[in-house]
Amino acid sequence: MIGRRWWAPWLWLAPALMLMAAFLVYPSIDTIRRSFLGPTSKTFVGLDNYKYIIDNPAPLLADTHSAILNNLLWLVLFTGLVVGIGLILAVLAARVRYEAVAKSAIFIPMAISFVAASVIWRFMYVYDPHIGTINAFVTYLGGHPTAWIQNTNSLQTWFTSLGPTTLPHPIQIDNSALIIVGVWMWTGFAMVILSAGLKGISTEILEAARVDGANEWQLFRRVIVPMLSSTIVVVTTTLVIQALKLFDLIWVMTGGTFKTDVIATLFFRESFLVQNFGVGSALAVVLLLAVVPVMLIGIRRFQFQEETR
Amino acid sequence: MGERVVERTEEVIGAAMPPARSWVGALWLRFRRFVSRIPLHVTLIGLAIIWSVPTIALLISSFRTPQAIAASGWWNAFKIPFHFTAANYHSVLTQQGMGRAFVNSIVIAGPVTVLVILIAAFAAYAFAWMRFPFRGGLFLVMVGLLVVPLQMTLIPVLRLYVTLTPHITLPVLGGNLFGVSSFPGIWLAHTAYGLPFAIYLLRNFFGSLPKDLVESAYLDGASDVGVFFRIILPLSVPAIGALAIFQFLWVWNDLLVALTLLGDPRLYPMTVNITNLVSSFGSNYQVLTAAAFVSMIVPLIIFFALQRYFVQGLLAGAVKG
Amino acid sequence: MANVTFEHVTKRFDEVVAINDLSLEIADREFLVLVGPSGCGKSTALRMLAGLEQITRGNIYIGDRLVNDVPAKDRDLAMVFQSYALYPHMSVYDNMAFGLKLRKVKKEEIKRRVTEAARTLGIEELLKRKPRQLSGGQRQRVAVGRAIVREPKAFLFDEPLSNLDAKLRVQTRAELSKLHERIGTTFIYVTHDQTEAMTMADRIAVLRDGIIQQVGRPQELYEYPDNIFVAGFIGSPAMNFFEATVKGEPESPQLDAGPFQLPIPRQKAAGLVKYRGKKIVLGVRPESIHDSDFPRSGVIPIPVEATVDVLELMGNEIFLHLISDGTNFLARVDPRTKAKPGRKIQVLFDLGEMHAFDAETEQAIPLDQPL
Repeated sequence: MIGRRWWAPWLWLAPALMLMAAFLVYPSIDTIRRSFLGPTSKTFVGLDNYKYIIDNPAPLLADTHSAILNNLLWLVLFTGLVVGIGLILAVLAARVRYEAVAKSAIFIPMAISFVAASVIWRFMYVYDPHIGTINAFVTYLGGHPTAWIQNTNSLQTWFTSLGPTTLPHPIQIDNSALIIVGVWMWTGFAMVILSAGLKGISTEILEAARVDGANEWQLFRRVIVPMLSSTIVVVTTTLVIQALKLFDLIWVMTGGTFKTDVIATLFFRESFLVQNFGVGSALAVVLLLAVVPVMLIGIRRFQFQEETR
Repeated sequence: MGERVVERTEEVIGAAMPPARSWVGALWLRFRRFVSRIPLHVTLIGLAIIWSVPTIALLISSFRTPQAIAASGWWNAFKIPFHFTAANYHSVLTQQGMGRAFVNSIVIAGPVTVLVILIAAFAAYAFAWMRFPFRGGLFLVMVGLLVVPLQMTLIPVLRLYVTLTPHITLPVLGGNLFGVSSFPGIWLAHTAYGLPFAIYLLRNFFGSLPKDLVESAYLDGASDVGVFFRIILPLSVPAIGALAIFQFLWVWNDLLVALTLLGDPRLYPMTVNITNLVSSFGSNYQVLTAAAFVSMIVPLIIFFALQRYFVQGLLAGAVKG
Repeated sequence: MANVTFEHVTKRFDEVVAINDLSLEIADREFLVLVGPSGCGKSTALRMLAGLEQITRGNIYIGDRLVNDVPAKDRDLAMVFQSYALYPHMSVYDNMAFGLKLRKVKKEEIKRRVTEAARTLGIEELLKRKPRQLSGGQRQRVAVGRAIVREPKAFLFDEPLSNLDAKLRVQTRAELSKLHERIGTTFIYVTHDQTEAMTMADRIAVLRDGIIQQVGRPQELYEYPDNIFVAGFIGSPAMNFFEATVKGEPESPQLDAGPFQLPIPRQKAAGLVKYRGKKIVLGVRPESIHDSDFPRSGVIPIPVEATVDVLELMGNEIFLHLISDGTNFLARVDPRTKAKPGRKIQVLFDLGEMHAFDAETEQAIPLDQPL
């Protein structure tokens, strides 16, 4: 606009810029600084904190390896399940008249806090089959009740105790139990967004594919999924970030015990309970480094969007 | 346009049926179609039910006596004799501090939501409708901030607050005037954390408003402030509504920030309170279920009443962590 | 009420020069139409006047006041946008009152002006409605009403009729002309439609690639176009152009236009003397070409043979698309013509209305004594 004084835009931006600088920019830089300092941030220790994370010298106090592995587990299993189930649900729900109701039911858990969800699912996972819903179901089917959250055995051993089938990889039961809670909460999110993306697919393309002779599965695999790929990427990046930052759920359900620690819970314990700011900051930086590739993908997508604006 | 697309998607995604020749044929085809879709209905409805079970379990159990809970599963609750009670809620609200925590949650989430919307709207307007140096770069940095984990900021913010805490009490609301264990402290922190997403969302929305409208307002005599309050804001109500819901719930359900910055138990929001209840009352599910449900009531009401805005908020910014 | 002056105005967007050294004086109370093809810069010029675009170089004056750095809100201009730009969240009344409210005009005065404007435009019943409840034509009137109510120094129109259907467009053209008579304020109107320009303007300014081609009264532009572009732009269907060489003796000059040999009328010969042996571009309007079966009196007819390609029946006349030896041209003939596609026909070129242009510079060659 002509005649606008040069300082006017900055006035509008000032509160936001100041707050973000004070609480996001400056602290992040400070954390990086502290990651090279000692537990009280008074001595310079170079890369010692990072070595601590890599070497894992005291696994009983703070098992960094286990935490990182768990994060990877979450990344793969959580994201995969949420996107997979969400996608299937989106496609299925689009075919029925009660689509809105079905979607609501799946979506409700997004509204509540992870803390409340933890309570809900601790209740579901209770060992006593008279109380715990899941064990009640399992015993109803004739199996043995299992300590779901406290169980560091692998799913493999659990399945062998039931019958002949085995799983190729030792995924721990307790981690899986927690991941299931995460899936329960976030599938609705994926489903809603994928559903919106689905509605954006022109029906003519689907009709043309049907006329060309595609059956439902082929339609799904070769038409719907590719056309949703950008939406899927958006959902996946959000979920990956969630999986890496996840704190509340694990903290309330297990406090990180029973080998369910992740980087975020480890961070909290080291920083505010053990009060080792050096290691804590280093853990935060590791988290940031894990998130950076995701951020780059996000920015590139953003710039692409801007060009087509 | 939206309605039509939905209907057609339903028809097309659910396989189209070939036309029949007689009414008997038509009836048979409809029957076949119904049968072929049974697995679909079973799967969908089944999943929806499974998804709702945990919440229902919680709700029912919260009204049962501790003896009833220990004796039988919640699915037995509807067998005579009924043992429903409201004692759990009473205990949780008065003795376990949930009543106070509920108020604290409101005191924390409310002002933050208002602050975020105001500050973000001002900034978003500048990004969307004003030209200034570094506009592009600044916005890009902000988009990058969307992804920075909270953990990267907590230690320094806490240390800063520790040094800035005056030991003066805030009147009416309690807690310190600023810094650690203070409402103003956590207000500012939460506001700052919410800004990147809010600005991103609002800037996209503001920018999508027709340029003609803004230019017409300029010619009619409106200044920047005039355009902002008389044109942009009134037309942005849906976006602001969605943002408000999203922001409010995010703060309402937050644990990490509250746990870090609030040391005084009298200031705890419900999330922190429940966390402590879980560690001290691990298996007293009559207490835990009631407490959890108290914390869920407001989000659930918001969800059911304003579902449309809620979903819009999600759709608009699936980048926020 | 004021005149408007563009003084050597240039507008550059990065590398692209949208307006190139534009100088134009628009008199007070004048209805001036800026016309030209898409991308010629007419909207840019209007927007610079309105204060919506920065001026790269040059000056713009409203009255005596230099307004280069004056914000749009202080220029006292009103603009009707192509999309109308009605505020969707306000009623028609509030839309029209908006500018006045901002200037703190008294409520009674606002009411008076709005109801009067509404009455002039025939939209009194619509005052309580919201824009989305109005038809295109009604919205357009509200946009005009919003401008009237401001009582500005000048009205700016940016292609306001483009979104109306043909019939409404014709009707609204007449109404806008009447409105201008009634209010008497300067109207500066931008359009790509030369018909709108011809029917409504006091003066027309033809723009091409940011440069003014010609400014003048509609009839002037029609009868005495300064260059090929203006000649081809003004008048619909467009003028026919033929490449021709001036031949023959000085006493009886001829035009060798490929398939036709045309003797040049004595009245027109003077201007072409210099071009003997050189190439020129001959311009003949379709309305100057008649079916030889239905000649007009008072014209200088030169017969030409051609084959009929397509007929377009317009009701009161027929557009005849003709080909002669690879050269296409158009004639507007009497509807009783016996022309049929594929048949040969004889037409008469009225060279009393001929135009000639320098083949290189595209400038018009003056053929008559100027009026």
